[in-house]
Amino acid sequence: MRTFSIYMTGVGGQGIGLISEIVLRAADHAGFKVKSVDTHGLAQRGGIVVSQLRIGDRVNTPLIPEGEADLVIALERHEALRGMNSALADGGSLVYYDTVWQPLEVRLNEADEVTTELIARSCQSRKIAHIVVATPLDDVRMQNIAVLREINARNLIPGIGTAHYRQAMTDLMSGSMLNANLALFDQT
Amino acid sequence: MKHMGEMLMSRASFSEIVMGNTALVRAMVEAGTQVVTSYPGSPTPEIATAIRSIPAAERPFYFEFSTNEKVATEVAYGAAVNGHLSTVFFKSVGLNVAADVFVQLSLMNIIGGMVVVLGDDPGVNSSQNEQDNRHFAYLSYTPLFEPTDPTEVYQFYLKAAALSREKGMPVILRLTTHVCHQKERVTFGDYEPLTPDRSPRFDVQNGPYIPIASLVFPQKQRALENLQAVREWAERSDINRIVDHGNNKRGIITSGLPFSSLLDVLENARAKPDVLKLGLAYPVATDTVRRFLETHEEVKILEELDDQMEKQIKAMAYDANLRTRIIGKTDLDDWMGEYTPGKIYQVLVKTWPDLLPAKKIPTADKPHAPARPAQLCPGCGHRSAFHAVKKALAETDITVADIGCHTLGFQPPYNMGQLLMCMGSATSIGAGLSLFNTTRKVVVFMGDSTFFHAALPGVVNALFNRHNLTMVLMENGTTAMTGHQDHAASGKNFNDVTDAIPVRSVLEGLGVRHIHEADAYRMDKIEQMVRQAVDEEGFSVVIAKHPCMLKQTREKRQKGGYEQRHVAIDQETCERINECIEVFACPTFTRQPDGSVVVNEELCIGDGSCIKTCPASAIGYPKLNP
Repeated sequence: MRTFSIYMTGVGGQGIGLISEIVLRAADHAGFKVKSVDTHGLAQRGGIVVSQLRIGDRVNTPLIPEGEADLVIALERHEALRGMNSALADGGSLVYYDTVWQPLEVRLNEADEVTTELIARSCQSRKIAHIVVATPLDDVRMQNIAVLREINARNLIPGIGTAHYRQAMTDLMSGSMLNANLALFDQT
Repeated sequence: MKHMGEMLMSRASFSEIVMGNTALVRAMVEAGTQVVTSYPGSPTPEIATAIRSIPAAERPFYFEFSTNEKVATEVAYGAAVNGHLSTVFFKSVGLNVAADVFVQLSLMNIIGGMVVVLGDDPGVNSSQNEQDNRHFAYLSYTPLFEPTDPTEVYQFYLKAAALSREKGMPVILRLTTHVCHQKERVTFGDYEPLTPDRSPRFDVQNGPYIPIASLVFPQKQRALENLQAVREWAERSDINRIVDHGNNKRGIITSGLPFSSLLDVLENARAKPDVLKLGLAYPVATDTVRRFLETHEEVKILEELDDQMEKQIKAMAYDANLRTRIIGKTDLDDWMGEYTPGKIYQVLVKTWPDLLPAKKIPTADKPHAPARPAQLCPGCGHRSAFHAVKKALAETDITVADIGCHTLGFQPPYNMGQLLMCMGSATSIGAGLSLFNTTRKVVVFMGDSTFFHAALPGVVNALFNRHNLTMVLMENGTTAMTGHQDHAASGKNFNDVTDAIPVRSVLEGLGVRHIHEADAYRMDKIEQMVRQAVDEEGFSVVIAKHPCMLKQTREKRQKGGYEQRHVAIDQETCERINECIEVFACPTFTRQPDGSVVVNEELCIGDGSCIKTCPASAIGYPKLNP
């Protein structure tokens, strides 16, 4: 398989680390070579968190060249736009959870909030397949799993299927947290 | 999947997906490392997270977070001259703090061996510069290993530790941010626990250990001889390797993370150059390099940050009368930023325009994504403190930032902390700003962990030389920015409970006459205290105290039964003054299309620190049963 590049982004605290680790382990369970790298540190204080992940038969580096990601996964609307602007290839796929954590410029009234329509228009002009996830959730910390469910349902990452994702989740979580997340993931 | 701690202590060899920082800890276990020290700083704190995953009773080595990087290095050195293999790790700029002791290490016969692990930060992800610490290897005659990925972090630490122990010399393992944080499947070896000799084996006969005046020369001689021996070892070892593409025209010499980026870029190359990858970046294995130069017409030195290898290689080629065309850095851009695949593409295209296919021109028309700089968290006491301090000061007064979460106060709308240098520097920079200055008050900010790390000499100096300034000490009880490590005032160290050293007692003990203290949420009090403090003669302190709310909220969540509360804005009372969103600026406040402001319930932790900032008293807790 040619190298498949996934760029994941969100705001510190949204759970990008977990979804990245799940995809990483799922790809490993599926028998691929895989490497990933997360941003840590300063970014966690309300800033942007990014995880880059590459899957294939041969993977040299997890770092994705600008504009060459096959898939952008975002957990927030503004970060969906930023991620597709900087990382996504024309003709790639974007999946994002439609929640809004307004960035500073918007709160200070220096920029407009990004709308779903704006993203849709940009996707259309760049031939990007785009999926908006808005599953209502009791626990906002499970937005990442709601997105993962959609990634699996639409087979957005070639060669990785339900069993691989479930196995990865079981590796990383336990008890009631695992059960709640699996229940959401399995929802049809 | 095994628990991390069990995995790291596994007797049998195994493979697992880990990040570079975790792979390092397994290497420490296998190598028989006895003492590990550190001061927290990105990209290295997860090394301590991995260490913590091994229960204290089973941990095969002693670990501490020391008060700063210099102290950590000294503790590790002391242990190593007693015969215990030691390791100290910290971030790039930590080496500046440690430098005074670090540059002496190679002069000493470190009988136990000592590895200095550095987390450099090309690309400036979380530091105040992107300094290239390979310079310190030259400065101090210390060998420097440079791994590319987590697998090499593990392998190179083992080599570095063995070499260090064998020669009794310090060795640097230089990691970079995306080597530390990269994850891949790593295959580890067996672990054979040995009962270490923990007797104190320090002996002056192993020395000399006193570097004074001309006594230094034999010690320096030994350091230089060691370096020569390491170079000879590198010529024979597999630490440097060649990726042979059968190209006798073009070659590339590189090291570290850029090597993996380069391989990626070369996937699309028309005629792939051969690659010489240096695992030991200092000293350069000059014979190996010379042979590589001799067998190629043109060789590119592909080097992240500064031109260390380039200078050494060009000097060697001059002496050897080589005719190979050596191409180093071509412009200032080559000196800046991380050597990602994208960066390397640009660098190589400048060198050899025919090497790589042109990239597709990306869509130019991209809608603006509003900037999202890092923010103080909801409920952060620093926000309340800044809000109050700003009210107490005149527009022309000068505020000096220091390192920590409170550094973020420099951003709009607070604009608090107009200068920043390094750990603990604010007080002394403030002292300089106060000289001849009778018109503009000087206020400096300081965190509590930084206070112990490097601020004390500045505080003592302010008292000793009677400088006229005010310190606002933002006490949150933890080292928050790097992931909530305990510090000297926490009452806990990495391993156990300990006597807390309260910052206030330290200040009182030093003789600070004017100390004011209040909870940071009491903004009226803080404001009034700052007004008073800046009018006091000499050095005054306002302690704005509030626990780190991110830490507190996480701990409550982990304990279970945590219920998220939140405030709400009463839209009928709201007068759209926008103090909450534009001045206090907690990230929970959200602007609606109609201009009204609401609370983002995903973010609000219900701390209520905002309630008193609303001039119209429109913010409050919603009534549960109206």
